Amino acid sequence: MSGNNAVLELKGVRKIFARNTVDEVKALDGINLVVPDQDFVTVIGSNGSGKSTLLNIIAGVFPPERGGQVVINGVDVTNLEEYKRSTYVARVWQEPDMGTARKLTIEENLSLALLRGRSRGLKGAIDKDRRKLFREALALLGLGLETRLSTPVGTLSGGQRQALALVMATLSKPSMLLLDEHIATLDPKTAQTVLELSDFIVRREKMTTIMVTHNMDIALRYGNRLVMMHRGRLVIDVGEDDKKRLTIADLVNAFERAAGEQFKDDSVMLNQPECK
Amino acid sequence: MDAVGGVLSQACYEGLVFGLVTIGVYLTFRVLSFPDLSVEGTFPLGGATAAVLIVNGVNPFWATLAALGAGLCAGLLTGLLNTKLRITALLAGILVAVALYSINLRIMGGANVPLLRHITIFDKVGSVLGLHGVELSIVVLLIVVAIVFLFLYWFLRTEIGLMLRATGDNEQMVRSLGGDTNKAVLLGCSVSNGLVALAGALIAQNQGFSDVGMGIGMIVIGLAALIIGEALFRARGIAWVLLACLGGAFVYRLFLIVALRLGMNPGDLKLITAVLVVIALGLPFIVKRIRGEWLPPAARW
Repeated sequence: MSGNNAVLELKGVRKIFARNTVDEVKALDGINLVVPDQDFVTVIGSNGSGKSTLLNIIAGVFPPERGGQVVINGVDVTNLEEYKRSTYVARVWQEPDMGTARKLTIEENLSLALLRGRSRGLKGAIDKDRRKLFREALALLGLGLETRLSTPVGTLSGGQRQALALVMATLSKPSMLLLDEHIATLDPKTAQTVLELSDFIVRREKMTTIMVTHNMDIALRYGNRLVMMHRGRLVIDVGEDDKKRLTIADLVNAFERAAGEQFKDDSVMLNQPECK
Repeated sequence: MDAVGGVLSQACYEGLVFGLVTIGVYLTFRVLSFPDLSVEGTFPLGGATAAVLIVNGVNPFWATLAALGAGLCAGLLTGLLNTKLRITALLAGILVAVALYSINLRIMGGANVPLLRHITIFDKVGSVLGLHGVELSIVVLLIVVAIVFLFLYWFLRTEIGLMLRATGDNEQMVRSLGGDTNKAVLLGCSVSNGLVALAGALIAQNQGFSDVGMGIGMIVIGLAALIIGEALFRARGIAWVLLACLGGAFVYRLFLIVALRLGMNPGDLKLITAVLVVIALGLPFIVKRIRGEWLPPAARW
């Protein structure tokens, strides 16, 4: 599946919080990552390994330390503000509250999402054609939301809101999709549904995707590439073929070895014989 | 006219004027979640601008529009203090209100400007329609409020208007969808204070003078009317919410007018209003406390 051109390139990305204090944290410590078109990368790592910081840097919530570079579609966007970068990068957060506006209706939320990367004018936000588009997009979810366009989003369940957030993220075809532990707060059954929907939408729209998760099983089952982070570094990076043969036990072993080696090397690559 | 009719028509007029203030407060406090106190200064700014221009022979229609424009600029300034200099919303509003006190004195060249024997917007409309007194006041205000209502009903449903409403709801989401939330704050504060200044200009012309102190307590008046409107009408949808602002202002003014007729000291008005707002805001929490329900920590914004 991995294609030709790189959609995302991170070059020497570092991020230090509370610099020059006792609380100094190297959240990202020299990340180099190339994500080709239509890659679906799953990212795992323990708390504080830098997963969220990585997504924040890609989305432009804050810039990396000087010298680091974020390139999307060949364009250096390192210092581009978040709202301008949204043309390229869409995101679904952990909290359903983050990705949707609760006081607005479903169709109003979708209208906001439709205008991603376009200038907003004095045209009516919702018209017949847009409603038709919204209905079609929602119908794909199979949750019946297409019949409830004028329902305030605050009255939907967490799972419904995450599903809506997924549609909002992909509606205007951004270059890449960031899924930030987007099923972590849902109950297991709903989480599974939203996960299946994510996979379905990513495949259907051929979206280049980075999905952060705590769950090793999910990281193994979905996507065509797996990255493990530890203390701000990428310690494992396996492609499609190796990933298919990986087990959770392999990942745990690899993680312990990586954590134990104190990172003499920048990364510990997995290969077949070592992890059986 | 009998006493009841007199009270009702007076409440109608005042409800419409302060309804404009209430809609302005609604735009910042509710739509943007931006607690903007600059209305304390922009209300007399509108009065001062219109009065001075009229006294200097400018057509009262243009003078009223100029007051609207002055309010738009002052609101923009509050927004700029917040978005460009990162001064918190509350403080930005207070700073602008305080600064406007001096500016209003400068504009008027004193503490007040009388408009007696000058042609106001009310005289102009009255001579065309053949109306006078409180009926005339109500008709003029109805026309202005109808224009404002139609404008906002259209604007808040446009792409930009929707972005404004979403900014107060989930600012992070709007930015992640490519919306410039700073622009939304600037626009919202500007329109809000423009409406408040417009109300100030109309009141000054109706009462026949502009006074530097006429904005004192305006934010509490607007909030009281907004809270009453929200509580009484529980409106959903933009049209109904805007009507609820007007309805809230009407009920609030009616309450005050009746209290005055019953012999309340006019000087106590602001105290009564403040107590009303405290009760309206505090009551739900007291009820919860009595019922032993969980209370969230106090908000500070």
